[in-house]
Amino acid sequence: MTVHNLYIFDRNGACLHYSEWNRKKQAGISKQEEFKLMYGMLFSIRSFVSKMSPLDMREGFQCFQTSRYKLHFYETPTGLKFIMNTDLSVPNARETLHQIYSTLYVDYIVKNPLCSLGDPLQSDLFSARLDTFIKNLPYFNPRAA
Amino acid sequence: MAIFSVYLVNKAGGLIYQYDNYVPRAEAEKTFSYPLDLVLKIHDEKVIVSFGQRDGIRVGHAVLSINGVDVMGKNTADGKDVIEYLKDSSNYPVSIRFGRARLSSNEKLMLASMFHSLFAIGSQLSPEVGSSGIEMLETDVFKLHCFQTLTGIKFIVLADPRQSGIDALLRKIYEIYSDFALKNPFYSLEMPIRCELFDQNLKIALEVAEKAGSFGPGS
Repeated sequence: MTVHNLYIFDRNGACLHYSEWNRKKQAGISKQEEFKLMYGMLFSIRSFVSKMSPLDMREGFQCFQTSRYKLHFYETPTGLKFIMNTDLSVPNARETLHQIYSTLYVDYIVKNPLCSLGDPLQSDLFSARLDTFIKNLPYFNPRAA
Repeated sequence: MAIFSVYLVNKAGGLIYQYDNYVPRAEAEKTFSYPLDLVLKIHDEKVIVSFGQRDGIRVGHAVLSINGVDVMGKNTADGKDVIEYLKDSSNYPVSIRFGRARLSSNEKLMLASMFHSLFAIGSQLSPEVGSSGIEMLETDVFKLHCFQTLTGIKFIVLADPRQSGIDALLRKIYEIYSDFALKNPFYSLEMPIRCELFDQNLKIALEVAEKAGSFGPGS
């Protein structure tokens, strides 16, 4: 069980925050390009899912998994997107992503007048709290590599 | 429990087979007086609701018929523009039927090739080495399961999130494909599948899989 990395995007597709813990493979492109590719993929998945769906959806896209990892997606009504990659044994991390939004993002970014919204997050306090929060998750236990 | 649709995508991202296994959901018909209390807009040659949800009419639903006559895209049956028609107060009261727009064959082709590239990006952005593409994609109303064969054909099944036994079904469809499409002398590789036996056997496999039922969340 492990958490690989976490992305936070704003509603315009700018990557506000990225951090990684146990990432074994890099995408082979620059980080900026990777953020664009990731956002583009999520944007397409959202449109794909809304068209494919046989019924009306409430929450829409939640997660996908491949043979090696699982991507969890949470979007707030204001368009902030939280994406966390974990291994396959994590059943549902949406609650966790919601907590990152409601306790960490709102408390340390929105309530901080020095952080301008829409720019990459600069707050060291936020990064530190996020790191502690992720490391305390029950499923954050890097396998002995 | 239900299995909604089956898609077969060839290794170039082309849709070679598609089957819908559900009847469209109940649609909402309502009589409106002037002015309309919904905001409509044109999207992809359809008139859809962009704001205002009431009585089973949801944002994203398309106008299907006006006064009982089916509309043709963004025009009424006699060729008038739907939006213009609904702006004219002399046409009221008017009865409009709304529902989720059905996918056209072109849209299905587009969605299939879209999934083809999403599948590839999913594998490229992997934080782990040696990852496949998207095998399962979950939303609150359906789960998409994808099985890619060694030869690159993708079998995609859309099912209820609680439906179990999809992995077995995907392999069964592969078997049906090998038996009834590939062994058909009139079938050319990578081209759309039009084989009666394939259709029949696929339908039987779907019925069997649906009867397998559900065993709680996940499958």
